[in-house]
Parts: sequence; structure tokens; C-alpha cells
Amino acid sequence: MKAFAQLLDRLSYTPGRNAKLALMTRYFQTAPDPDRGWALAALTGTLPFKAPMRRILLELMEKRLDAVLYRLSRDYVGDTAETVALAWPEPLHPAEPPRLADVVTALRTASKAEIAGLIETWLDGLDATGRWALLKFITGALRVGVSARLAKTALAALRDCDPDEIEEIWHGLSPPYGALFGWLEGCAPRPDVTGSPVFRPLMLAHPLEEADFAGLDLDAFAVEWKWDGVRVQIAGGGDHVRLYSRTGDDISAAFPELVAPFRFEGVLDGELLVMRDGVVAPFNDLQQRLNRKTVTRRTLEQFPAHVRLYDSLVLGDADLRALPFAERRLMLERWYSDMQPPRMDLSELVVCNSMDDLAEIWRKTRAAEMEGLMLKRRSSPYLAGRPKGHWYKWKREALTIDCVLMYAQRGSGKRSSYYSDLTFGLWREPTGGTPELVPVGKAYSGFNDAELIELDRWIRQNTVETFGPVRSVSAGLVLEIAFDAAQRSSRHKSGVAMRFPRVHRIRWDKPAHEADRLPTLEKVITGVDQPVIEP
Amino acid sequence: MTNSAKFDTWIYPTKRGLYCAAGDFYIDPSQPVERAVITHGHSDHARAGHGRVLATPETIAIMQIRLGKTCAGALQSQGYGSVLQIGDADVSLHPAGHILGSAQILVRHRGQRAVVSGDYKRRFDPTCAPFEPVPADLFVTEATFGLPVFRHEPDASETAKLLEVQRASPGRTILIGVYGLGKCQRLILLLRQAGYDRPIWLHGALVAMCDLYQTLGIDLGPLAPVAAATSTLAGEIVLCPPSALADRWSRRLADPVTGFASGWMRVRARARQRGVELPLVISDHADWPELVTTIAETAAEEIWVTHGREDALVHQIGLMGRRGRALAMVGRDEEAE
Ligand SMILES: [Zn+2]
Ligand SMILES: [Zn+2]
Repeated sequence: MKAFAQLLDRLSYTPGRNAKLALMTRYFQTAPDPDRGWALAALTGTLPFKAPMRRILLELMEKRLDAVLYRLSRDYVGDTAETVALAWPEPLHPAEPPRLADVVTALRTASKAEIAGLIETWLDGLDATGRWALLKFITGALRVGVSARLAKTALAALRDCDPDEIEEIWHGLSPPYGALFGWLEGCAPRPDVTGSPVFRPLMLAHPLEEADFAGLDLDAFAVEWKWDGVRVQIAGGGDHVRLYSRTGDDISAAFPELVAPFRFEGVLDGELLVMRDGVVAPFNDLQQRLNRKTVTRRTLEQFPAHVRLYDSLVLGDADLRALPFAERRLMLERWYSDMQPPRMDLSELVVCNSMDDLAEIWRKTRAAEMEGLMLKRRSSPYLAGRPKGHWYKWKREALTIDCVLMYAQRGSGKRSSYYSDLTFGLWREPTGGTPELVPVGKAYSGFNDAELIELDRWIRQNTVETFGPVRSVSAGLVLEIAFDAAQRSSRHKSGVAMRFPRVHRIRWDKPAHEADRLPTLEKVITGVDQPVIEP
Repeated sequence: MTNSAKFDTWIYPTKRGLYCAAGDFYIDPSQPVERAVITHGHSDHARAGHGRVLATPETIAIMQIRLGKTCAGALQSQGYGSVLQIGDADVSLHPAGHILGSAQILVRHRGQRAVVSGDYKRRFDPTCAPFEPVPADLFVTEATFGLPVFRHEPDASETAKLLEVQRASPGRTILIGVYGLGKCQRLILLLRQAGYDRPIWLHGALVAMCDLYQTLGIDLGPLAPVAAATSTLAGEIVLCPPSALADRWSRRLADPVTGFASGWMRVRARARQRGVELPLVISDHADWPELVTTIAETAAEEIWVTHGREDALVHQIGLMGRRGRALAMVGRDEEAE
């Protein structure tokens, strides 16, 4: 437990990606089995239990701390697990600190009534950091800034292999991952996951640059629409069908209508959309289905999900990834007409005969509510990652608008002494009132290091007020913001939310009062970004 | 033991601070007054412009460095333990263990004993005299860390953590934010006790106070100003005021690991808020158990709480069967710790 607690503690304070990786790799190299496997499960969100911790912790604290003092402490700390960890009285006779594996075994076999007693004994054997780590471990919500992918990347260093090699078998394994560690350390063969619905690392596209465009041989490419949805992978094997996000998170539970109705053997690549009567709904509708653990009947009816397929990686027991795109596409078409899977269709190939033709189609993508075009080399195999020269994405042209800088916040990591996180606004003119700025978005990128230094200097010289890490600045700097789309939002004071905003140009030359008005942004709104009210 | 209404006849809070009517003087007043008794040299307790000031010799030396030689009409020093009669009150100063020269002020008037503790702590501090429990009828306490979640870790484990990170990060500067008076010098001595004998590098704002400590006989070992460095100080320990941690000043250092030595670092949200990578729970204030123990030890029946999280501490005092009262003293800067 001590080593795991130290790991979590350091991770929670360490901002840098590489430093986080080093901490995790060191832990995986030195911690014993099966403890490290359970730690890996906690970091990747695959722990097999859930205890109703809030109630248990309240009961345990009641016996130890006056209720008023507990409430005041909880209000100050802002986190129940941390409050309990800090306020837990040091026992007169400390118990043995538990091992991670013992905690798991005990929790899996304990009855509900026994859990409180177990936690009590464990807390009595740990120091403040240990208590915090234990409670985070049991609740399963670590919140130390580590994604499952980052944990697997740290793990891959044990074998000096690519994290995608772990990804390929990950969903066929279960904690505490003894076979996986055995293989990574070279003392066991690669775990065999044939027949289970595992995730395969995705092939990603490069943005199409002007230089690429010039030398492009259109005949060598297949052209597809770039749908305004979310990339997913659908995998079937044995008795299961699973839906994975592009990062390999299993999101099946939130999409029962996609995984329940049929069985197949294979791995398919496609776009997740909300579709009603054969018409694709705006992206905002899809957002109502994302980032949810479960889904209600009403949401299912209101926002029906659909997968538009564009590639096949595995069909039956044949791995197709080494085959050229054109062949995989044919096999996908054949599979589709044989299976007629519900709530799925094929992404059509776009016919175009010349580069002019292509450019003309691209120009119309915004009006057609497409995100742009995809160009896939017909001879390319399916390669994990973002290989050069195979797939291109040609996004619809960005919209731009002139905004005024309002607030700046210090960045993180290497940027922590620079004001690099920018909040900008547009003018609103109340009838009869003086124009005022309303914030419409935030941008963190789109400027180079030299511009960052200039920006930082300007912000420091024009600060009106400072609250913690945030400065408000006088209305004096115009930022030309590029963004992909605008949508209505009840969560923003301005009523509008921007997608993918970034700084396009810093308009040192432009007076702030000449920046755009809010109605200019409102004119390009498509769809409504509104949270669904669950019954 | 006496009844509480009696204290109010000769000592009570005012807008300018705690006032002793029996001797016509204020303790740590927030505005200039004719006569002040000062507990210690921190800027929220010791201010310039009073007519006459009574304090320990060390506090007076500190005030002269921070506020100038002529920061008061007259500066009178008095060592720990000796008694001075002011009007109808007998005043003596007793170690508070907070920083060099810090004192609790015992005021006796017609058989009643009021102890005003200023800021204090109970654990060992190599830079100052240890806290001395003084029996009292009325005890005036701070409550900076007045919540049960504040239990400061042993100093040695925090310095060990610092040195471990320093050894593990040879390419990076270890930059620690410290309060310039007290915390800075204490952290230096804690590092020395842990065997660290390399020069410790100082932000310019910390130099004068360290010089004073050395003059007053506290050996801090080799120190050097960052301004004199000829490298980016990779692998070295640098101390700076907390405000300089994320300032442009730190850009001259080698990819610094930023730390902060403060009791606030016990709570994660507070450390994250400051972007601190290496939180060190080292405090010059009493933590919750120290507050509770001290209140019990003074045997006072009435306890006044000057500043900090007074609601929780007043509640605790009630649970202990004593009378607690929050004074909500203005002008105390509890964050600067
Ligand atoms: Zn102080
Ligand atoms: Zn104070």
C-alpha cells in the first residue's frame, strides 16, 4: 500500500506527462504481483467492485469526530475521501498496513455489512497519504490526471514496446493482469485473446496541407465524407459485441441498442451518429449520448444512436489489416449485405473526377453539415497510429471572428509562468446602454513561443485585477479566433458555445471597439447544446 | 477562577486591536497607537507608526530591518520573563515558539491573568525558544489551522521528501516558496540538520532577514543570492517568497520543481491552486491538536479566538466545557504562512 500511496501522491502533484510516465514505470517495475496489477486496474478504471463509500465513511467518522467539526472540515477540503483521510485520528495501536491485493480480496468476498469494519481496520494501519490513497482506490475515482492510455504507455516501457501492442490484447485480459506482466517482463508468452472482442488501435489521418494537395494523385485515393460524429470501433467475439471509443474505452454500456441486437465475429471501424428516419442529427444531439455511464429509455428514444461503417479490420477469424484499403472496403460491403446489421449503414464513397471537382465538393461541406472530406489511399494497409502519406482529413474551412481578450490565466507545466490560457469576448449592446463585453470562449493555442512572450507581456502591463492565477485585462487587444462551429448553450453567459476555438491571429493593430458583436456569432449557430433533463 | 464579564472591564477588542484599559496599551494593533506591545515581527502584527513599542529585543531588531530604524517613537525591549508595570497592569513576555523573538504577553491585573499568545506553535524549532505554557484565566489564541484536518507532519519527514526529490531530479532546480521571516530560516536549519551542506540559494527579498538571523547568532550555513549565480542552478535548492514561484523571475532557473513550505499544503486543493509540485507541510502555526492541547494546558476558563477558522475552534472550546468567543480581529493575514 505504501508504494501505491506514494505513487498516487506524486502523480497528483506532478504536471508533466513524461514525469508521470517515469513515476508509473518505476512503480510497475518494482511493485510485486498481484499488487501492481490491481494498481493498474485502478489507473485504467477496471476495478471489479464498487462500495457505497459516502454512507460508510459518514458512519465511520460519526464515531470519531463531532458532526459540526466534520462538516466544517468537509466544506473546507471539498472532498469526502480526503477529509476522512486527514481527520482520521492516529490510532494508539496502529494496525498492519494492508496490501492492495488483500483489500481487493476482502472487498470482493465481504458482505455489505462487513465492509465498514474492513475499511476501519485498514485506515487504522495507514498514515494520512495511505488513508487518502486507500479511499481513492476503493471509490475507483483516482483523479490524479492519468488516462488509461498513459498508464498503458508507462507499462509498455517494461518491454520497450509500443503501447499499441498492449492495446491489442487489453480488452481480452482482466485484473490483476498476471499474464500481461509475465509477457512484458519476458518470462511468459503473449497472452492469447483470440475469440474475445478486443479493441485494435486505430489508424488516424493527417490534416491535408497545401503541399500535399499540389502533389496529390486523385486516382490513388478513395474519397469519403468526414461525418460530424465520433469515431468508434465495434468488435464482436464469442458471445459479446462491444463498442470502443477511439482511445479504447469500452462505451458499450451507454449504447445498448448498438451492441445488444446482433452477434458477429470481427472488428469494424466507423462513425457514431445520432440518426432519425435516415437523417443524421446535428453533433449536439450526439453529445447528449456521450460521457454517460448508463442511459435512460427516454434518452434512447430521443437520441437514437447509429454507426456508419467505413472499414473492416477483422472479419471472422481473418485479420484484414495487412490488406489494401480497397480490398477491405469490398469485404466490408459484402459482409454488410450478408449481415444487414440493424442501426448501421455504409459510409458512401464520394465520386469525383478531378481536383477541381474535389475542391468544389469541399467548399460545400459546411452547407451540407459535413465536417469535411477524408482521402484514403486505396493501396494502404490499416496501420495503427498516424502514419504519414496514407490518410488525409480535409476539414471544412474554419470560421473566424474578431474577439477581445478579457481574462488570462497561467498555463501549466512549462507554461506555468506565462499567461497562456485566454478568455475572450464579443461586444453586446444593450438597447440604450453602453456596449459591454461578454465572454464567448477560451483558447490555449494558435500562437508560437515568441507570440506567447509578447502576449504575456501585454497581459501583465494591462492587468486591471488579479484573482489567484487569473488576471482580468483592460479591453485593448483583439484576437482573431478561428473555430469550427457555434452552438447555443445554456451553460455560457453569452448563450453561445464555440467548438475548437484557437487563436488565428493576434490583431495588435486593431482597436478593441472595432471587434465583432455577439449577433455576428449568433448568426452562424447550428443546433442547440442543451443538457437533457432526465426524468 | 473569575467570571467572564470581569475581563471586559480591563481588556477588550477594539477596532484598532486588543486593548488593555488597565495599562492603556494595545497588543498588536492594526493602526498607529500611542502605546503598543508587540508579540512578534510579522507584518500583520508589527506595524510602523506607534508612539511607544514594547517587545523582545529580537522582535525589535526584526522591526527595524523591516520597517526602518525609526519605525516607532520609542522602542523598548524586554527579555522573556521579566515584569514591567504599565499603569495598573503587570506585563511580562514568554516564548511563543512561533518565530525568533515571538512572545506571548501575560498581563496581570488585580489577581486576573490574561495571556495573549499572538501566533504560536508547540513543536521544536531550531531558530527560536520553545513555547512556554503560561497558566491563564483568559487565554487569547489564534486559529489559523483551526480545523481537525490540519495536523502538520513531522518536519523530518517533510525535509526528507524534499531531499529525495532533489536527489532524483539532477537536471532541475528545486524552488521552494517560503515566508521570508521565520519559515525561510527554519527550513534552512532543518535542511542543515538533515545533513544538507551545499550552499542554499536565496531570492533577493530573503537575504536581509537571513543576515539578521546570522548576526543574532543563528548559524544558517553557506547561503548565496540567486543574482550572483553563474548557472541555471540545476540540482540546487533555491528559496524564494511564495509570490515569486510563478513569477517571471523563476524563468532563469532550470525547469524548476516548485515547492511550497506551508501548513496549507496539507490540503491538496490548496497545493494544486498554487500549481505546487512539491508540497511541504512545514508550519510556524499550531496545528489542530496543538491548539486543543494548549487550550487545555492553560486551564483558562475563557478563550478568545483572534483570527483563522474561529467557528470550528470556538465550537471545540464549547465541547471542552469552556467559554469561547470569536473576536474576528481585522488586519490579520492568515494566508501568509
Ligand atoms: Zn506570525
Ligand atoms: Zn498572524
